[in-house]
Amino acid sequence: MEAFASTAPVRVPLEHRFSPYTDNGGTTLAVAGSDFCVIAADTRQSEGYNINTRYSPKLYPLSNGSVLAIGGMQADASTLAKRVEQRLEWYQFKHDKPMNTQAVAHMVSTMLYGKRFFPYFAWVTIGGMDENGNGCVFSFDPVGTIEKHLWQCSGSSSKLIQPFLDSQMGHKHELLPPGELTAQRATLLVKDGFTSATERDIYTGDFLEIYTITRDGRTRELIELKRD
Amino acid sequence: MDTHPGNWGNPRPHGGSSDLDILRPVDGLAPAPSAAHGSSALPVSRTQQPIVTGTSVLGIKYKDGVMLAADTLASYGSLAQIRDMKRLVAFGDHTVIGASGDMSDWQHIQHILNDCIIDEYANGDGHQLHPAHIFEYTSRVMYGRRSQVNPLWNSLVVGGFRDGKHFLGYVDLLGTTYQSSTIATGYGSYIAQPLLRKQVEGREDELTEADAAKILDESMRVLFYRDARSLNKIQRATINPSGVSITEPYSLQTEWSFAEGIKGYGAIYE
Repeated sequence: MEAFASTAPVRVPLEHRFSPYTDNGGTTLAVAGSDFCVIAADTRQSEGYNINTRYSPKLYPLSNGSVLAIGGMQADASTLAKRVEQRLEWYQFKHDKPMNTQAVAHMVSTMLYGKRFFPYFAWVTIGGMDENGNGCVFSFDPVGTIEKHLWQCSGSSSKLIQPFLDSQMGHKHELLPPGELTAQRATLLVKDGFTSATERDIYTGDFLEIYTITRDGRTRELIELKRD
Repeated sequence: MDTHPGNWGNPRPHGGSSDLDILRPVDGLAPAPSAAHGSSALPVSRTQQPIVTGTSVLGIKYKDGVMLAADTLASYGSLAQIRDMKRLVAFGDHTVIGASGDMSDWQHIQHILNDCIIDEYANGDGHQLHPAHIFEYTSRVMYGRRSQVNPLWNSLVVGGFRDGKHFLGYVDLLGTTYQSSTIATGYGSYIAQPLLRKQVEGREDELTEADAAKILDESMRVLFYRDARSLNKIQRATINPSGVSITEPYSLQTEWSFAEGIKGYGAIYE
């Protein structure tokens, strides 16, 4: 403590402080149906107004059959995905069976909370099949808050796509209840959501990667989005 | 468990055990020792800024390999301090890394990677690291350092060719990584990247080595006209089925006669 209080203006160092975080943009989306799960993300990686690359996958197919979707900071996302995959491997070796989707979800929650005071800047969504063969979707915030959903969109276009899904999948805007959602209709709505979001959000575009998970396994589809 | 507010948000100290250690991520390197840890002093954080810097590095894929380009300047602010800096360096027989950003950090990275390559060589099994391995290792080192909030202040372009496979990747001080058929760091990401994409995207399997050299020379020339921290003395690295070759530094032809007609600040021609 100094002996006197200075009346001079507060001096702020001119150089900027290093920030260990960045936002690489992009959008992820997952839908749970009665016998399927559709999980999708665009593949653009951005930094500010730059497009780093047109194909940097945000979907990580896991060895247990589920798919991990991570938006936010790419470096944190790929680190987290690698750690999750390693934990799945250890589980397989220890118990001689794959970890189920709910267990993966709760594990991811604790892994995120484990870095509560230096968080991964990662918006995580997990899609897969539950023990009864029904589709299930879990989403997380960067510090591990977990939620179970029927459909969930996060990332730079979440505010454009989520209301569209609430309307088309949940009929939240009308009194008639929604009918049974099929994988075909879910995929159609996912594609419509992303093509529309690409028009308005500069951080979403280039390609749309979609995994469809059913009791029979996992299929991948890659379609083009606008590159501008 | 350390609950002292002064230590919130900071990496845990090396060696000390905590009940949350089991949850601690393996970020590649041990956390920095913190002198202030456990005391009421302000948290230690090593803020850094680049001092002697290199500017853009460019990289493209072409039919028979991968080509990188960079100039040979290391600047101290606006001072052109070192005019024969080697910013393209080969690691093993199939990989070249081009570095922009802080040159002392770059030399440190060269030491780390050479140590790694020597360790692999010492196994004596005849195996060499693939470009993708060197890229992955480099990215974990970079991410590990950013996670200690003590980054290596560089943007690196890793180019490689092995077993008929092209490799072109980027990694920076945050550990951000990507692969693409065209890559440009720093000022080049604004000026050169659009030129490279226009000429390379979709034509990766058609471009010859001569085409690739011409594209990079032209982009480096544009960068020299526009980037005040650049030099018209450049090197190009070619990685193709016959291995790595890095050119001696050479000069680009430039045309400045238009400058005669410029009056004041703008392009006012008489």
